[in-house]
Amino acid sequence: MSVHPKEQRIILKYADEPGYTPDIDCYMKNGGYEMLKKAVGMEKQAICDEVKNSQLRGRGGAGFPAGVKWSFVDRKSGKPVYMVCNCDESEPGTFKDRQIVHKDPHQLIEGIIISSFATDCAKAFIYIREEMPKGAEILNQAIKEAKEKNFVGDDILGSGYSCDIVVHRGAAAYICGEETGLIESLEGKRANPRIKPPYFPAVLGLYMCPTIVNNVETLCNVLHILRMGADEFAKIGRPNNTGTRIWCVSGGVKRPGYYEVAGITLGELVYDICGGPKDGRTIKAIIPGGSSMKILKSGERFTGKDRDGNGYDWGIEDIPLDYDGIAAAGSMSGSGGMMVLDDSVEIPVALANLMAFYSHESCGQCTPCREGSLWLKKITTRMVHGQARPDDVDLMKSVADQIEGRTICAFGFAVAWPVQSYLAKFEDEFREFAERHSRMGGDRTAAKELACNH
Amino acid sequence: MNLKPETLAEIEEAIPKYPEKQSAVMPMLHAIQKDQGLLTNEAAEWVAAKLEIAPIHVLSVITFYPFFRQHKIGRRHIRICRTLACAMAGGAKVCDKMLSEFDTRLNEVSPGGEVTVEFAECLASCGTAPVMLVDDEIYENLDEAKAQEICEKIKAEVIQA
Repeated sequence: MSVHPKEQRIILKYADEPGYTPDIDCYMKNGGYEMLKKAVGMEKQAICDEVKNSQLRGRGGAGFPAGVKWSFVDRKSGKPVYMVCNCDESEPGTFKDRQIVHKDPHQLIEGIIISSFATDCAKAFIYIREEMPKGAEILNQAIKEAKEKNFVGDDILGSGYSCDIVVHRGAAAYICGEETGLIESLEGKRANPRIKPPYFPAVLGLYMCPTIVNNVETLCNVLHILRMGADEFAKIGRPNNTGTRIWCVSGGVKRPGYYEVAGITLGELVYDICGGPKDGRTIKAIIPGGSSMKILKSGERFTGKDRDGNGYDWGIEDIPLDYDGIAAAGSMSGSGGMMVLDDSVEIPVALANLMAFYSHESCGQCTPCREGSLWLKKITTRMVHGQARPDDVDLMKSVADQIEGRTICAFGFAVAWPVQSYLAKFEDEFREFAERHSRMGGDRTAAKELACNH
Repeated sequence: MNLKPETLAEIEEAIPKYPEKQSAVMPMLHAIQKDQGLLTNEAAEWVAAKLEIAPIHVLSVITFYPFFRQHKIGRRHIRICRTLACAMAGGAKVCDKMLSEFDTRLNEVSPGGEVTVEFAECLASCGTAPVMLVDDEIYENLDEAKAQEICEKIKAEVIQA
């Protein structure tokens, strides 16, 4: 995959270079593990301060400042602290961690060890989803190589600090991306997310010990923050939205793929980098940050005032492509998985596809989510099959509203937000679709294929 | 339990990696499923005894995770992504092609025992949709013609084996 001139590759700098291989020799030839050598000679707190000052925000979905998360670790308990790398990349639309793990695994290993050293973790785990079986093999091989060179394991580079990394394979449950669900899974249980508070595993996490859970891309960034210095890193992108982000674009564009960028607009990503819609098509809507995020509609105007009190009035393509920009447009950048829906896609059918996903993935602990997601699947499915009932559109909204905020974890929002936002912006299409398909005796093949809900 | 020596070795290696041994449930189940093709109640009891936990804890894990199974599958395991990006790119047609090539139905062992075709949720490769896994191997940018090629390859391999 060639690198677009508008990209600013830091994390993926080498990933697609011809001849670049995932082994340790190639990584070290390109300056790999030099930062670890420097880091083990630094004060731990100084590294934590750099990460905090860089304003790095988590790349997994919620966008919580990583340095602040680290500072929550309970040091008084005397218990061991654990580091967990969340590589359960499961949010539909997202495929960035796959690139790092498959093409440049040592970058992740180095990021994990530096982060574990800085926060004094006793052991690190990489929780990798089972849908990437090769990824687990590559990581295990990389850890073996790193151990041989004393970058991982006992007394790392003579620093007196020891840390092993264990690769833990999941088994295809989306809820393991939720950090407390992931911890339960790592403990050998069903991945039922834990009741909050405590809100952060940094207080009580794995084996009821303080635990830091960070995304793959977040941990890789730690390495570059140290290399560049927090101040230089913070100059990339906008304040509070520092560093690059790897955006994954799929659906109705000419050049889908992963692109590492900073400081550009949504329009620059979709039109300049991805080439805009396919020939003869127009863009109807964009799901900005993974399938759980609220949809943005073409032609919509996004108005309001920013933090400094300046007014803005954006079309979809003007939205700054970062946490605050997409939040100002009423959605979230999530995990950076952008799905573009062109005018060939019927919104109710897209929702039927996603509701089948969410009802399959609900862990089943909370009644509103377990029952509600199934209801939403049933309603959207009967719509696709031409059996919608007159009050189904209102019923969907009512069910979604009763899930949101009434569950142990954020999965409830992930089910409700698509339903609420699709209905808010495409209600007429839902009503028209339900009516048309109820009347139509004919061919529903295309709708059934897109719903793909067997 | 009649496990291969390499499976037993993998299990013995996995347990001490974790500060608490119950964490080894999933790695043990992965190893046993690879060895036996499925996870029986006997396997659950064996894992439970090994880790000194109640068998229900192991069964509850087996039944929670979609990639653990208690039933037999064909010699090759085909999982086609059904989630939105792949569905928009024609994943359903690819699935239909796989089913018709092996004269089988979704989630069933094909009549000749060659394959089991299933849908899976997002395989995290949406930029190269539609995609599918054949055992551990991912195939990307699929269409019906490519699906046909993969079927022919599988048929040849299965007959040879």
